[in-house]
Amino acid sequence: MSTSDLLSLLPLLILSGSAVIAMLLVAIRRNHRVMHAFAVLAFLAGLLALFVQPYTVPYIIAPLFVVDAFALFNTGLILVAGLSVLFLSYNYFEQREERKEEYYILLLLATVGGLVLVISQHFISLFLGLETMSISLYGLIAYLRARERSDEAGFKYLLLAALSSAFLLFGMALVYAYTGRMDFPGVGAFLKSVGSVPVSVVAGFGLMLIGVGFKLGIVPFHMWTPDIYEGSPLPVAAYIATVSKGSMLILLMRFYRDIDGYEYTILWWVFAIIAMASMFVGNWLALLQQNVKRLLAYSSIAHMGYILIAFLAGLHAGQEAVIFYLVAYVITSIGAFGVLAILSDRVRDAEMIDDFEGLFWRNPWLATIFTAMLLSLAGIPLTAGFIGKFYIVAAGVDAGLWLLLVLLVINSVIGLYYYIRIIAVMFQPAKEEQPMGRMPFFGIFALTALMLLLIWLGVYPSGLISVIREMMLTMG
Amino acid sequence: MILFLFILILVAGAFLAWLSAVVNKELPRWIALLVLLFELTIAAGIWWQLDEAHRWSSSQWLYTFQQPWMPRFGISFSLAMDGLSLLMLVLTFFLGTLSVLVSWNEIKEKTGFFHFNLLFVLAGITGVFLTMDLFLFYFFWEVMLIPMYFLIGIWGHGNRVYAAFKFFIFTQAGGLLMLLSILGLYFVHAHNAGAYTFSYFDLLNTPMAVETGRWLMLGFLVAFIVKLPAVPFHTWLPDAHTEAPTAGSVVLAGLLLKTGAYGILRFVIPLFPEASHYFAPGVMLIGAIGILYGGKLAYAQTDFKRLVAYTSVSHMGFVLLGAFAFNALAYQGVVMQMITHGISTGALFMIAGSLYERLHTRELGKMGGLWPALPGMGVVTMIFVMASLGLPGLGNFVAEFLILAGSWQAQPWITALATVGLVIATIYSLRIMQKVFFGTSMREYKLPDLSIREGLMLIPLIAAIIWLGLYPQPVIDAVKPGIPLSFQTTTHHQQDVVIHPPK
Repeated sequence: MSTSDLLSLLPLLILSGSAVIAMLLVAIRRNHRVMHAFAVLAFLAGLLALFVQPYTVPYIIAPLFVVDAFALFNTGLILVAGLSVLFLSYNYFEQREERKEEYYILLLLATVGGLVLVISQHFISLFLGLETMSISLYGLIAYLRARERSDEAGFKYLLLAALSSAFLLFGMALVYAYTGRMDFPGVGAFLKSVGSVPVSVVAGFGLMLIGVGFKLGIVPFHMWTPDIYEGSPLPVAAYIATVSKGSMLILLMRFYRDIDGYEYTILWWVFAIIAMASMFVGNWLALLQQNVKRLLAYSSIAHMGYILIAFLAGLHAGQEAVIFYLVAYVITSIGAFGVLAILSDRVRDAEMIDDFEGLFWRNPWLATIFTAMLLSLAGIPLTAGFIGKFYIVAAGVDAGLWLLLVLLVINSVIGLYYYIRIIAVMFQPAKEEQPMGRMPFFGIFALTALMLLLIWLGVYPSGLISVIREMMLTMG
Repeated sequence: MILFLFILILVAGAFLAWLSAVVNKELPRWIALLVLLFELTIAAGIWWQLDEAHRWSSSQWLYTFQQPWMPRFGISFSLAMDGLSLLMLVLTFFLGTLSVLVSWNEIKEKTGFFHFNLLFVLAGITGVFLTMDLFLFYFFWEVMLIPMYFLIGIWGHGNRVYAAFKFFIFTQAGGLLMLLSILGLYFVHAHNAGAYTFSYFDLLNTPMAVETGRWLMLGFLVAFIVKLPAVPFHTWLPDAHTEAPTAGSVVLAGLLLKTGAYGILRFVIPLFPEASHYFAPGVMLIGAIGILYGGKLAYAQTDFKRLVAYTSVSHMGFVLLGAFAFNALAYQGVVMQMITHGISTGALFMIAGSLYERLHTRELGKMGGLWPALPGMGVVTMIFVMASLGLPGLGNFVAEFLILAGSWQAQPWITALATVGLVIATIYSLRIMQKVFFGTSMREYKLPDLSIREGLMLIPLIAAIIWLGLYPQPVIDAVKPGIPLSFQTTTHHQQDVVIHPPK
């Protein structure tokens, strides 16, 4: 490997290195504050490393990796998401678990996995990244061992993730057996030369889709989502909702692009059906929830359905819309889970709808942040979620996906109902005046920053739009 | 720039009012009042100056303002004002000022957030009346909803949460269909003309297939007739109006409903002339049904506010009837109806609020015989009840007469049906007077008559409704340059009728 290779992988290397150092730090002396600060510094260093890329993109490190504008952007997105989760974690874990330090090691490792996914263009690197992330997530999900539901959640994720990995591997093997290639462009080139998709490759894609669909939490591979969200610590739930799903989505986009997935109508239909089912199942079940964590889990299923509509809308406007929506969704999800995390106390998480009663009069600032996040999820103007939804609808109209768009509209209205329900609860008069404890500085700081970003993107999205557009144009 | 300031000052005032509640709970009222009076003065000043300069100029637009916003999509922050927008703005600030006054004693809790929401909803409405970019229009259309939702949901009466929900979901569903249509129009225009733009002026006269135009027009129409509301989509209105605090009812009935009417006049008819003509008989029939059905339901109500709410359904039917008659007479009538209905219904809701403050009930069955106790209020109510039933000399008569005269030329049968509505209006309006002020009193009420504040609110309304009834010319003049040209030519098809065929 040459120096330039190493430099272009710098963010990845920094995070992997700091995971090792973090392990040593724990060995020397356990100190939550130091570990937290170290992890924050590692993420910041990773972010800075993005700006010192000296080489022209795209930079290909054959055969496993490709570092292009798309990868750099999403690396940044993942790092910022991870950093925000970190800010929310300190206070949450400070009041809970005895051994808090390993959490940060696992979080760093999971992020390494995510970073590998967004730059990989080869089955091997795909699988390595995926497993690095999944294995770290097993630990993260079951981290609060004393809680009643955390073991259940950890085991469920372990079993299902292992199963889906098996499907993914088998699918990759089938594709390899027929095409003889494991790099995405190679598979794409082979399929183009053959002209039609052979049955075994279709079967391979189908099996891979099970693995990918599991990670994305789309119907019918969504069963784990509510249980895991409910059982895992809140910052981890935020992490799964954003980094884990986001990096898989990025990988899917790259894969689809490289194999010219838009050429194959059968794949298109499979995704269209999944999108419709995800929207309806997610929104419908979210309507029935009393637990806000489960509600957010089901709503995330529906949001993946919306994203898939944009994904189906084609290479240009569609994929731009996916990225914009993903950015908005990452901000909103972390914000929403962050509010829950700050409201949670030593004993239990603030997760039932009743916990939010009269929040606006008890803690106006937190309630305002939560309202902004929920309105963004519902796609109401002045928030990034609105521009994101607009982007999706615009892309969809351009591609003529009228059926999917009408379903999107119906689902947005259903979604509105349960988001507004939480807001209505927050604005009800408070039953008793219970003074809120002191607010953690880092948490409030991160949430405020996220909210301002959300509104900034909702009012003036031109900057981000032009960045995404240029980035997608360099992809060709 | 002045157009942008109209919105900016309201938004800034909203935040200022919210923050000022920390200092003093009464301060937000004064801030909101001053902001709205200031805007009212400016808007009225523009209208005042308009007469000489504008009447002779051929240009429709008085002011324009344009800034690029999201160039990637061809979206610009584009505002423009013509006579119609100007009138609507004057009405907005007028009723806005009154709704601050009307909440003076009613809203005691959380005054800061209340006035924030009030000013913010008015900012949204101002934006809707001014914007000339379809994306921006949708943006403001949605911005109106959230603060209104809070106004109903936090300060409303008993069943407020349900009513707020219903309001929000109905209008949002309509809005999303409009968004699909806006985008459809955007891409149709882009494919045919090659330029991606949301600008109203560019999208006018977009060539499109007949079929496409009809579908797109329906998307817009649904959003507007949900808001208006027209008959199958009206069920959110009685709930929202009844449960809202008085200021909320005034803003809802006086202004939010008008955004639907405005949307039809500004967007549906000019953007889709062919489709509008195609659907016109059906839409006019819906309007006429609304007039009758709304009137019938109004008659059957036992709750004062609910009754007034249903009269809105009835009166808004006239808007639909007149807008799709496609002639200048009816067009002017529709604008008159928007203004006079805003004033008269706003006044009736204020009276309902004042009665509720005194009696703590809205049930008509528990009222009766109040005239001796409240003579002042009785007189005021009488005036607005007469306005509502269309007594000549008051504004509503002019409006309804113009609409009926105009739509007769287009659809005589439907118009005849609608005219029956005037009789129903008389019945339900007089029933208000009888139930509340006449008859025997159940108890000997000793109630305070109109306070100075209430007088200050109601006297301008009375002056306005009488002035509009006697001298509506300024309104008609202000609207005239904005009437689409095609309206003036289609009015004379009656001339083709030959009564004595030549032998």
